[in-house]
Amino acid sequence: MHEYPITVRIIEVAEEFAKKNEASAIKQINLVVGDYSGYVASSIDLYFDIIAEGTLAEKAKLNIERIVPKLKCNDCGNLFERQPFSFQCPSCNGEGSPTEIGKEFYIKSIEI
Amino acid sequence: MSENKEIEIMQSVYDKNDEVAANINTELTGKGIYAINVMGAPGAGKTSTLIQIIKRLSDKATPYVIEGDIEADFDTKTLLALGVKTVQINTGGACHLDSPMIGKAVNDLNIEKGVLFIENIGNLVCPAEFQIGEHAKMLISTVTEGSDKPYKYPLAFEKADAIILNKCDLIPYLDFDEEFFMKGVRALNKTAPVFKVSCKVEEGFEEVILWIMEKIKGQTK
Repeated sequence: MHEYPITVRIIEVAEEFAKKNEASAIKQINLVVGDYSGYVASSIDLYFDIIAEGTLAEKAKLNIERIVPKLKCNDCGNLFERQPFSFQCPSCNGEGSPTEIGKEFYIKSIEI
Repeated sequence: MSENKEIEIMQSVYDKNDEVAANINTELTGKGIYAINVMGAPGAGKTSTLIQIIKRLSDKATPYVIEGDIEADFDTKTLLALGVKTVQINTGGACHLDSPMIGKAVNDLNIEKGVLFIENIGNLVCPAEFQIGEHAKMLISTVTEGSDKPYKYPLAFEKADAIILNKCDLIPYLDFDEEFFMKGVRALNKTAPVFKVSCKVEEGFEEVILWIMEKIKGQTK
């Protein structure tokens, strides 16, 4: 449910950049959302149209790039997706540690 | 239709929360306050743990508490009855505390020098994702929740600076697999100490106090 305020913020930032570039409308917002960012891409999508109404982003398409979290193997350095109840590297059976991959949450760009 | 013109932004959307959090952190540090964000599932014993800690801490450092709950103020009343300066935040549905809420509560508390415990909403997911101006995150897990929790809620265990494993007096009656639990914790977090405690029989808190006192000392250096 905390996607509502963050969607408001996304539109604020997009509008700020659109105005700086003297755009009359935003055609697309490109957002990057990692699965461990704490935000659910589909919920942001759900709120977007309602919140965008009456803003420069009213007719904008929201393009969300989802990033799947990856662990990095402590032994061989391989980046891999975690299997349930395991941190095991699929290529060498070593143990993986958390990385920043999958925690992204940013507005990549807007298209005007 | 004319071609779209792309304008690069590359701006994190957490920025407002993080900015406020950084300001709160600076303000608290300036006041000689060490702030601990206390996280854990509903019923893990967050308030009970705080009571045990505060009982043993009071002669060494002044404790303050910000209580976060969706509704109600039972915990605040309990702490106030013990003479602990406490302020309640009711989020009215929100699943975690954010930094603007803390900023206001810090002003309301009017605090100086000591340890501020911020008891987050009972939830193992969202609180781990938001900075609220704290110096450290303390995660309270329990043997009753089961040994698979690090595997199911990795971020909370990854972000914790200290992990308290509560209700350890119940281990003989449960199927808690400590080795599996610790394997998960260590895969995610190499450094956080894990303290085995029981609020019910009031055991295991001496080391928690030592950890907190060490942190305070580190801050005032």
